[in-house]
Amino acid sequence: MLVLIGGILLVIIGIWAMLARKNIIRIVIGFSIVDTGIHLIIVAVGYIQNATAPIIDSAVPFEKTATDGIKLASKVVDPVPSALVLTAIVIGLAVTALLLSFTIRLFKVNGSLNIDDYEELKW
Amino acid sequence: MIKYLLVFVAIIGIAVMFYPLVEDFGRSTELHPLAQDYVSGSVTDLNMPNSVTAVVVTYRGLDTLGEVTVLFLATAGVGFLLSRKNRIVAVKRHGSEFLKTGASFLSPLIIIFGVYIFTHGHLSPGGGFQGGVVVASAILLMVLADLSFTFSHGLLHFSESLSGAVYVLLGLLGVILIGADSFLDPRYLPMGVYLSLFSSGAVPLIYSFIGIKVGAELSSIIDSLHEEGGD
Repeated sequence: MLVLIGGILLVIIGIWAMLARKNIIRIVIGFSIVDTGIHLIIVAVGYIQNATAPIIDSAVPFEKTATDGIKLASKVVDPVPSALVLTAIVIGLAVTALLLSFTIRLFKVNGSLNIDDYEELKW
Repeated sequence: MIKYLLVFVAIIGIAVMFYPLVEDFGRSTELHPLAQDYVSGSVTDLNMPNSVTAVVVTYRGLDTLGEVTVLFLATAGVGFLLSRKNRIVAVKRHGSEFLKTGASFLSPLIIIFGVYIFTHGHLSPGGGFQGGVVVASAILLMVLADLSFTFSHGLLHFSESLSGAVYVLLGLLGVILIGADSFLDPRYLPMGVYLSLFSSGAVPLIYSFIGIKVGAELSSIIDSLHEEGGD
């Protein structure tokens, strides 16, 4: 519960940083905060009460059932959200690096980090 | 003023959007049938204890291939935006001898730790993505400690392209050896003994190549940003 609410708070803080700040680097930091918050939310959604990590080794004994399935001695959490977050963290890192290199390029060409100085895409 | 009002409305909207998640939280006491199938399939079909790895490499293998492609595109974008014309010449201040010796002592150990993480991805928490990031952190340590540190771009690009190509080829081997609908199915290699290093088919091989690819790509991002910061 705490993880879920913390994740939602991080998303809200990040959205506010992306919308209200003028400095491009702060906007990138806001994006990064939203990214972290979404990871926390996805992991929290996969949680099951009193369950352990989905790694079936000697700590979680199992027995095979007749219908070609297995019966675990203790409950495990959903592996799918964990798998999604695992790749999303690395992708988020690379995308943040891409955003920062856009920022470096913009600063080199126009000499400004204020978002109000870039009016080409304004409607 | 109207702008701040709009921002406030947007934030309230996000909060309302996420509220059902908070309401539903913690109700589920049983696994979803699909997740139950993945967990039991990873033990019975793939002989693999870590069902997160089973989802990443096998059941959702195409997604992982796509995400590796996204990672490659982001790296290519960084390399394209930060052109490598101005190589660093003026180093402002060198690191101390302690820093350099310590970094060059620790870096090989960190790289070995990363290799350990991605070769044991099917047995313990870990895998190609995490191991690749650990390997790239060793490169980052070297770059931070010694400003004149450079490494071979040829080797970096070679290992990146080779591991990407081998990943796809290992996936295609499943189509050739098992059947037409078995892309990225790792069951063409022997299953091995449960909980041993050489088990669960081709999964350790595939995850190792993912690890090499992620490590090479993140190192290449670090290298681009490092060369950009020279002036």
